[in-house]
Order: sequence, then structure tokens, then C-alpha cells
Amino acid sequence: MIMKFVKIDKKQWAKGLDTLRKSFRLLGPVKEDTYYSFKELKQGEQPDFSFPNSRLSPKALLFPQSEAIVEYSLDLHEEDHHVMKAIETDTSPRAVLGIRPCDAKAVTLVNLNFDTPEYKDPYWVKALAATTFIGLACDKPKSTCFCTSAGCGPYHEEGLDVLLVDDGQAYSAKILTEKGVAFFKAAGLETVDEDTTLLDRKKEAAEAKITSTIVTGDLKNQNILDLHGAPFWEEVSFACLNCGTCTYTCPTCWCFDLQDEVHGKSGKRFKNWDSCMFPLFTLHTTGHNPRGTKLQRVRQRFMHKLKYFLDKYDQGIMCVGCGRCVNQCPVNIDIRRVCALMNDYKADELACAVQK
Amino acid sequence: MQNPYVPYPVRIDDIEIATEDKSLKTFKFIFLNDGDEEKFSYQAGQFAELSVAGIGEIPIGIASSPVEKGFVKFTVFKAGVVTSHLHNMKVGDIMGLRGPLGNWYPWDLLEGKNILIVGGGFAFTTLRSSIVTMLHPDNRPKFGNIDVVYGARTPGMLLYKDELIEWEKRDDINMHLTIDAPAEGWQYNVGFTPPVTEQKAPQGDDDTYAIVCGPPVMIKFTLPVLEKLGYSHDHIIMSLENRMKCGFGMCGRCGIGKELVCKDGPVFTLDQINQTPREY
Repeated sequence: MIMKFVKIDKKQWAKGLDTLRKSFRLLGPVKEDTYYSFKELKQGEQPDFSFPNSRLSPKALLFPQSEAIVEYSLDLHEEDHHVMKAIETDTSPRAVLGIRPCDAKAVTLVNLNFDTPEYKDPYWVKALAATTFIGLACDKPKSTCFCTSAGCGPYHEEGLDVLLVDDGQAYSAKILTEKGVAFFKAAGLETVDEDTTLLDRKKEAAEAKITSTIVTGDLKNQNILDLHGAPFWEEVSFACLNCGTCTYTCPTCWCFDLQDEVHGKSGKRFKNWDSCMFPLFTLHTTGHNPRGTKLQRVRQRFMHKLKYFLDKYDQGIMCVGCGRCVNQCPVNIDIRRVCALMNDYKADELACAVQK
Repeated sequence: MQNPYVPYPVRIDDIEIATEDKSLKTFKFIFLNDGDEEKFSYQAGQFAELSVAGIGEIPIGIASSPVEKGFVKFTVFKAGVVTSHLHNMKVGDIMGLRGPLGNWYPWDLLEGKNILIVGGGFAFTTLRSSIVTMLHPDNRPKFGNIDVVYGARTPGMLLYKDELIEWEKRDDINMHLTIDAPAEGWQYNVGFTPPVTEQKAPQGDDDTYAIVCGPPVMIKFTLPVLEKLGYSHDHIIMSLENRMKCGFGMCGRCGIGKELVCKDGPVFTLDQINQTPREY
């Protein structure tokens, strides 16, 4: 098949980025201590494309861990005191270089929450509109990557504007959207028509390297209440510390809190990442807590990702198989195993004679 | 793009102590900006986020009715950080209102039907909104019989007492007020809400719907009574509460399974609730 491509000589890469800086803020993976993070690239700074993946997902580029959204004055001498006003966030064009296909697909899933027919989160929607995603195909997956069975893959294109494939001396860039076209126009690089044979071959080889899988085919037919009442949650949640690492590191977790902060006579309202792992997340003022036990909270996390989301949107599971939660859980709770328990659960077989 | 996080600025126009123990106050708000009242067009059963700069926000059911123009009213129980602050605020203070939020009692479906309302304690706010709406001359012909069972611990703990007494006098609504124990001067029912419902409420049938709001213990004992009276689960309508932040379905905490109490609710039929994990 013939597609539009851009060939980027790696020697020209740095120069190209400097040209792009005139039109875009550039963000990409940089090494910090022993891990990688997506950061704004300073003048002359290169993204480090040798990274396996970043420790935290790059979702913070669109949905910051803490974002001021509303401001107000509490000074009674000011005419509009106590009137709350939207904070205009930076919407200048930016390009994220080297986002992995799993994290780009995750953006499309989170978008289902923040951009709905009835309500739109303007901070997310504007940031997304301003962002061009230059993805980097994965040729060296980790042992915990299971994207190919989570509706994604190492060369997956959903959510990307450009897919970069490392071709040794050069990057072969497949242009996927109008934003991708504009990006290379700004870089001063011409597109060429090219055969996709090389890409297809590399894609096949990369997919073959991913040997860890999950099975999700029966999740849809499971009954929510059956899964909710399944006996395995006790054992799944037993070791959980409710530390929240899984939710913070996850590219598809979107839950947040709203908090006011006041300094002197003015204040701001912030949107902060929150986590279903924390008891305070659902605590009523009366002291009643609908998810007061860790079993309930662990169950909520997996049920949301693997069942509620699936049933609500019919867009697959709310997991892209990046493996971060598997890697980083301090007590080795593994979503792949929980997914198998949920997928294979047979409520009837476990019901005892009395219940029947 | 409408920013759902930004409240409409409002001024507190009136504050009324709503119960004898002073734990509830009714706040009357007036919109500061022209046109905001029209944008805040609501239905009985919806809620809003009362937003106080520097303090935070709290989701509260709307107690005024869409037929009452020029203001909106909320009756607030003093319980946590925001509501305690609100109870100390004064007439003239400026704050914010986000909404209207959530769904409402299914008024299209209820047209032409008999309505039974069962309420307890201070969960009578959106029920008051509903009754005022239904009793409006434009709306009253749209409904069959209206029965209201409303119970509180003492006469002084009944919300909107003046209105309740007025409704008692009308012949187009059957009021069944009750208090827990006999009190001097009390001329209505005595006893908890569930048994009074059993004695006074009409039988359930295809053309009769029950709207039930109250504390968990009242709900627990009222539902079996309604079942006994012949109300099917899809004819019992309830309004749920959960901790909320955004109020429009994004922040994730109020979920009961795949439904969100803030956006898919707060109004659900018992039938719908029975199909969700009961995480409220």
C-alpha cells in the first residue's frame, strides 16, 4: 500500500526540532534519575527516544496533576469580590514527541469522559486541540506489555497524528492526520509517497515480541452484579495498601478532586488528580462510606476498567496494556490476572445448593 | 464552549431558619447577572452545586419550583465544611451556583398518573419543589390524585410547615403529615412514616407512581410497605445521594456501577437501583 511518509535523517533531527520550535512548544521523554518523564524540551534539548516508556503516563500533558481552573478575589473593596472566574489556560500549539502508541490510545479513551455531548471539560478539550501527537512505535516491549490483547499494539495509530518508526539511520514518519501534515510543513520537510512494506514487516515483528496477553472476550456477557459479588475480590485485594500508585501511573485513570486554595485575599480552585483507592474519595459527611473497605475500592478500580467502562461506552476495556500498574504495584497486584478471574468467572458454578 | 466549572454569581437574598433545632436553613438566591436565571432553567428533582469562593462546593437539591420565578431556594443541613460555613453567611453575601445538575423526576412519564409522595425528615426539598410544581394551576390538571405522606420527629422539625398547613386545607391534594410521638396541639397523624404510609397511601397500580425520599432507615421500612400496597419496582422512584465534586459526570467518585449518581441520576427507579451495585 502507498501512503504519505516523511523520511527524517537522524543527523538532521536536532536541526528540524529547532525549526519546529518556532511554531510549537515541544515536549518529549527525558531521563530523570532512573526513570523517564515527559517534559517541556528546553532550547537545544533532545527527546531521549531510547526510553522503554515513561514512569508516569503522559496524560498530565492534557490533564495536569494539579491545575488551577477558577479564580476569585475575597477582597471586599473590589467590585467583583467572591465572583468566580475561569482561568484561561495556555492553548498555544504544542507537539508531544515520542508518545508511545498505548498512551496515545489512552488519550482517546479519557476523551470519552471529558468531551461528552452534554458537558465538555474546556481545559482538557482545549489542551487536546492544541496538541499534535508524534508517536514512536515500540520495537522493544517490556515483559509486562500486553497491548496487543488490550485493543492496542506497538504500532497502533489511534490517537496519533504521526507514527515514527525507527529505521536505523532515519525515522520513517507515517502521517495520519491533518495535524500531522501541518507539523511537517512547519518542520520544512516534504512528504513522499512510499510503500508500507517495511512498516508492515516491522510492525509484525514488534507484535510478535509481545507475548503477555489478557483475555477479554467474555467480559461483555458477564453480569455486573455477579462480578461485583464474586468471591475472588477478597483474595485480590488482600495485599493492597491503597497507595494509589496504580491510578496515578495509569494512562486511562481520570478521576479528580476540586479544592480551593486561598492566599491572602485571593484564591483559586484546583482540579487535582484523585484516586478511587482512597477512602476519602467517597466518604459522606455523615461518616457513611459506600466504598469504605479496601476490598470495595480495589473492586471499583478493576470493575471500572474492565466492566463498567466496557458496558457504558462499548469501546473496549479502559486499559491499553502499558503494564505500568503491573510494574509499579508494591504488592504485585496484576491486572492481567484479575482480568482472567473476571473474564472466566462462572457465577452459577459457585452457588451452593442452599442459594440455588 | 460553556465552562461547567464556573458558577453563576448569586446574592443571598434571604435566610430562613427551617427547623426548630436550627440545623437547617433555607437560602434564597438571586442571580447577579441578567440572563443567568434563564440559563439556570431546571425541573423539580434536579440539584445544583452551591459554590463558596475559598471554601468549596456542595451538591444540594433545589427546593424552589420552576414555577416560582425570580429566585432559587435551597434548604441546607449544617453538616460539613461548606454547609457549616454557609450557615454563618449573611444576607447580601455573594457566592456561586453551578447547575442545574442531574436528571429529574420523570414528569413526562408521570403526566396523567396518580402520584404518591413519601418523605421523611429533611429529605423533603425536591419533594416540595415537585408539589409546588404539580399544584400550579397550569399543571394540576395534568395529574390524577396526589397523596403526600411526610414525617418528622416533631412538628418543629417539619420543613415548610406553613405550606404544609395550607396544603392540608386544599381538596386537590391529600396530605398525611405525621410525627414520631404525640405533641401538644398536633392534630394530624402520629407514628413513623412507613406505618402511616401503609394506612393512608393509595394502592399501587399501573397508573400510580410513588416518589420516595428520606433517611436510609425510612427507605428501608417504606419499600416493603409499598410492595405490599402493590407498587411495582418500576413505579417506585427514588433520589440517591453520594459524595460529589464536579456534578456533571467527570470526576468519577459517585458511581454506582456504570451509572453516575450526579449525571445518570440522582433520580432512579427502584428497578434500576436493583440492577446496580448498591454503592451509595
